[in-house]
Amino acid sequence: MTWLHPYARFVCAATLLLVTAGGMVTSTGSGLSVPDWPNTYGYFMFSFPLSKMVGGIFYEHGHRMIASIVGLLTIGLTVWLWRAEPRRWIRRLGVAALAAVILQGLLGGITVLYFLPTPISVSHAGLAQIFFCLTVCLALFTSAGWHRSSALSTHEPVIRDSTLLALATGLPLLVYTQILIGATMRHTGAGLAIPDFPLAFGRLVPPEWSFAIAVHFLHRVGAAVTAVAILATLGHLLAHHRARRDLIRPASLLLLLVLIQIGLGGWTVLSGRVPVINTAHVATGAMVLGTALILGLRVNRHRFPDARQVSPVRAHPTGIATAPGAPV
Amino acid sequence: MQQRNLWTVFSVLVMVAAVACGGGGGGDAAAPAAPAAPAFDPASAGDLSGMVMLEGELPASEELMMNSDPVCAMNATNTMSSTFVGSNGHLGNVFVYVKEGLEGQSFPAPTGMVTIDQQGCRYTPHVFGMRVGQTLEITNSDPTLHNIHATPSANDEFNMGQPIQGMRFERTFDSPEIMVPFKCDVHGWMNAYVGVLDHPYFAVTAEDGMFDISTLPPGDYVVEAWHEQLGTHTQNVTVTTGQTAEVSFTFTAP
Repeated sequence: MTWLHPYARFVCAATLLLVTAGGMVTSTGSGLSVPDWPNTYGYFMFSFPLSKMVGGIFYEHGHRMIASIVGLLTIGLTVWLWRAEPRRWIRRLGVAALAAVILQGLLGGITVLYFLPTPISVSHAGLAQIFFCLTVCLALFTSAGWHRSSALSTHEPVIRDSTLLALATGLPLLVYTQILIGATMRHTGAGLAIPDFPLAFGRLVPPEWSFAIAVHFLHRVGAAVTAVAILATLGHLLAHHRARRDLIRPASLLLLLVLIQIGLGGWTVLSGRVPVINTAHVATGAMVLGTALILGLRVNRHRFPDARQVSPVRAHPTGIATAPGAPV
Repeated sequence: MQQRNLWTVFSVLVMVAAVACGGGGGGDAAAPAAPAAPAFDPASAGDLSGMVMLEGELPASEELMMNSDPVCAMNATNTMSSTFVGSNGHLGNVFVYVKEGLEGQSFPAPTGMVTIDQQGCRYTPHVFGMRVGQTLEITNSDPTLHNIHATPSANDEFNMGQPIQGMRFERTFDSPEIMVPFKCDVHGWMNAYVGVLDHPYFAVTAEDGMFDISTLPPGDYVVEAWHEQLGTHTQNVTVTTGQTAEVSFTFTAP
């Protein structure tokens, strides 16, 4: 188990890199620069010459290479979990992650072969975030902090706080919905449908409507709602659970990330979708989702099968001494 | 017997004349072979010629940044955008075609081939026309790889890779369409447009803005001029036997 958690974290980081590389593909309009799949211009993927990775191919083929590596890393993680992880539900989660990354690869291939149909491209973007969430979960569940926080007594104040439970549980769902709206906007070419920021055509509400304007405006409204929800969650935690640093920290990070994210969204519009800015917006969106998920999982720690009725201080089977309220 | 031979010679001459004079247009248009046997009497045909003007200053051509592919950056001989070409108030790369007035008429199937080449990391020609069912030859003369990605709305989309210099493919379009865009997703600056028509009466203006469409059946027509950024303009024109009808279009500079 010693190296399993660092390895899971590595897979999680590699997945964030993969999401970022995918963002660069869309931002640079390179999605169809390699017209065949799974080969690359007739070459077996790993034998495609580096010297030919030019223009859009650099992004699209690079994305495929990183995806293949993440796929291999996920196979490794699944096998490792299956052999070393005693909790069956985590082993199954590993298999789910493997299934997700395989399906994601197939979606990527289909979207290339069928010239980027919007439903497939949006599904590809949506499943990417789900797979990222699965790697976040696996990294969290294999951490020593997660083991340490297994005592139900630690969570009693949170269990009784229905407002916090609702906020922290709803937050990842809200962020994921917001990401799906963003993906729809991105894959329907609506990123500049409202050309100004923070106003919309110089007003609070657009004076005219089309599908592109509607989905773009909805994404902006979603950003405001998400920011308010994060602020409310952090405020609630500070008011009622100030001692729970393991919750305060991700909530604070969330607030910082969402402010950066809104700034990047505005910058994306004002810059006319400069690829690097646009991609940073995609990557930060994934980080907002991952952080919201960690907060949600920690708040709901008592619901997991490995949460136990134990005395507040005990020795963990791994040999790690635990204490109530310890940061995880 | 002698009379029959005369008729044969006459028929051959008519066909040769039709091939030599009919169909397609001037300028850069990769005009298809003219109708081999027009459904009307070519002797009754008239011609159409004209000019496309630009009101206002011709936008300066953008320099294309080709440094994402060292082969392009090294070998390109022309790095200026083809969107706005022209001189002295004249506009090139405008596709001019008969939009209305030929309904119900049929024209012989085209026999020639139209070629679009990827050369110097650009499409040659940038704007051209072809017939429904006519073969489009796509070639790659560059020592680098390209994908050619057609994004039509009325025809089937295709995206093909040409990783090796000298590769060639053939495609056809089944429906008329103004215009079918081509792009290279590898080299984002590469784009081209083809007008696909079910008749041979089209042309692309040269840099002097001039175009010619010959051997039109006499009649009243709606002629349209299309530019990739400036949109379209239409004109009504009457073509009469043995005469050259003149028509001009004026676009406004952005």
